Amino acid sequence: MKEKTLNWFYRNSTIVLLVVPLLIIALIADNIGDNLIERVITVLFINLVIVLGLQLFMGNSGILAWTHVGFMGIGAYASVLCSMTPEAKALTLPNLYPVIAQIHLPFLVSILIGAVVAAFAATLISYPLMRLSDAAAVITFFATLIVIHVVLIRWDVVTNGPRTLFGVERYTYLWTSAIFGIITVIAALWFKESALGLKLRASRDDRYAAASIGINIVRVRWYAFIVSAFIAGLGGGLWAHFITSFSPSAFYLSETFTLLAMLVVGGASSVSGAVVGTVVVTLAREVLRGIENTATFTQVLPVDLLGFTEVFLAIALIVVLALRPSGLLGSREITWKRKRKVIPNGNGFETETNPEV
Amino acid sequence: MITLDFLINAITLGSLYALIALGLVIVYGILKLANFAYGEFIMVGGYALYMISTIAPLPWLILAILAVLTAVAVSYFTELIAFRPVREKSLTALLITSFAVSTLLQNAALIIVSPRAKAVPLPQLFSTSINILGSDVPVRNVLTIITAFAIFGLLTLLLRKTVLGIALRAAADNFKMTRMLGVPANLVISAAFIISGLLAGVVSIFWVGRTASVTPTIGAAPLLVAFIACVIGGMNSLLGAVVGGFVYGFLFSFLSLLLPQGLLDYREAFMFVIVILILLFRPEGLIRNKYSGERVG
Repeated sequence: MKEKTLNWFYRNSTIVLLVVPLLIIALIADNIGDNLIERVITVLFINLVIVLGLQLFMGNSGILAWTHVGFMGIGAYASVLCSMTPEAKALTLPNLYPVIAQIHLPFLVSILIGAVVAAFAATLISYPLMRLSDAAAVITFFATLIVIHVVLIRWDVVTNGPRTLFGVERYTYLWTSAIFGIITVIAALWFKESALGLKLRASRDDRYAAASIGINIVRVRWYAFIVSAFIAGLGGGLWAHFITSFSPSAFYLSETFTLLAMLVVGGASSVSGAVVGTVVVTLAREVLRGIENTATFTQVLPVDLLGFTEVFLAIALIVVLALRPSGLLGSREITWKRKRKVIPNGNGFETETNPEV
Repeated sequence: MITLDFLINAITLGSLYALIALGLVIVYGILKLANFAYGEFIMVGGYALYMISTIAPLPWLILAILAVLTAVAVSYFTELIAFRPVREKSLTALLITSFAVSTLLQNAALIIVSPRAKAVPLPQLFSTSINILGSDVPVRNVLTIITAFAIFGLLTLLLRKTVLGIALRAAADNFKMTRMLGVPANLVISAAFIISGLLAGVVSIFWVGRTASVTPTIGAAPLLVAFIACVIGGMNSLLGAVVGGFVYGFLFSFLSLLLPQGLLDYREAFMFVIVILILLFRPEGLIRNKYSGERVG
């Protein structure tokens, strides 16, 4: 009996071990009161929401998904169109459809609508894509990202085209993003152990065995994809109300690279890995960005360091993948005590081998 | 409506696209790696052309050869340093590595050279045109077509008549079996990357020849071309890549001709919708080959 309680505690200790440090980070940032630190930590939590959205699908299904930055963009634009005042819209988007131009909703409702729109877009386009795996899936998801990007750029009535959309009011502050980030952590952990998450992970580990016990792989992937697009859209909405002016180029390859780096450095197949990766990469990125800007403005070095951050991150990513292809944490969650042994050839990226080599 | 002008333009575009697609497929066939860094090899070729010309006033042909060799070297070294350690562990890790290499090369160009476009030296020949059957055709286009077909010929010879070529084809068909028969994996994969780099280098000359300038992001467009062409033709065969390249070249020319101006902006979106549809309904592409069963349901 006691054993059982203990086991239950061990199994659920991950939530505590992830949420408490995150809360401490938020509290520290809040109490220091430094504007820059507060911004960095706000960005950290926004990144956390989006990376966990990505992890929810990628980590559990094993499919490399590039599309989520696109859904982040959809969420950002949809939420902003709801929350902006009609006057602000008239200034930045003079040709906007009258129906949308009239809307003026509170912040929380707006970002939820943004997330729903992203999830709806995912529902419409993704069902057939879920049949694909491996390289075909990668190219298809990549193609989908490009289609979304082209539409965002060309649909200038709604998005102001490739130009910057401005006039968004800032609503996302430290605690807004921290609360959403922590809720997402809990949701991602819960999803992983839910019936849907288990089915999805079964399909990742062995798609034939999973199909043979009656799991409809396409459908399971589809549901997970919609959920993860919802979270990515939510993150996009939070981000848009933090940054307050942006253009479609924010939701493209360089952002994809950053998010993938965050996810992969920590380990895509565990929530803990995604959290650790997000924290490490966000902080590293801010420090590097600081160095890059200082060096560029003060001209202490003979060359401009524009792009230095990306070079450093890319090298770090290559090194991590070469040494630990499953990320720093692998597929393990952080727990008080490692209850189960890690079985060799068990699951996840850790043991996934390239069948062709 | 379809004039000789249009035809020659379409063939030029097609042969360039076919070259681009070949470079991607030759690696994909063996490693199943959709190499995101492939576009950057093309960029490297362009930058080599620019940088060597600023250092030494060499004849253009030698410059071009040096640029191609630089692309080959970069392709080979990325395989050696970045891809080899990850190769046997996980396909996902391999793909992310290639994306990281692409970002790395792009930003390295940003730091080392400049984010602004740089003018690339081109021979006089590139800007002249000759008269064929009453229509003016730029010599550049003729050169593209001739070079492309020369490379197709040489590559066919290499693949059919030499031991290395046979090993490459065997590896693309069944890599495990090929290794069991004693073909060293490293050799085959390095050879594939070298050929890929060679094709990227040749493409880079003609690609920058179109605009006479090079920017850090110039590799993105050819990478997308390669993806589309490969998917149309079929990811698992070299012939498929060539056919896909030509089909895409013609399709692109026709879309430019037929689509109304308002929809022309969405042309790339249309192309990628076609790609998605092909992958869904005919994933083996136009040229049927062994299909590796990547689809569920």
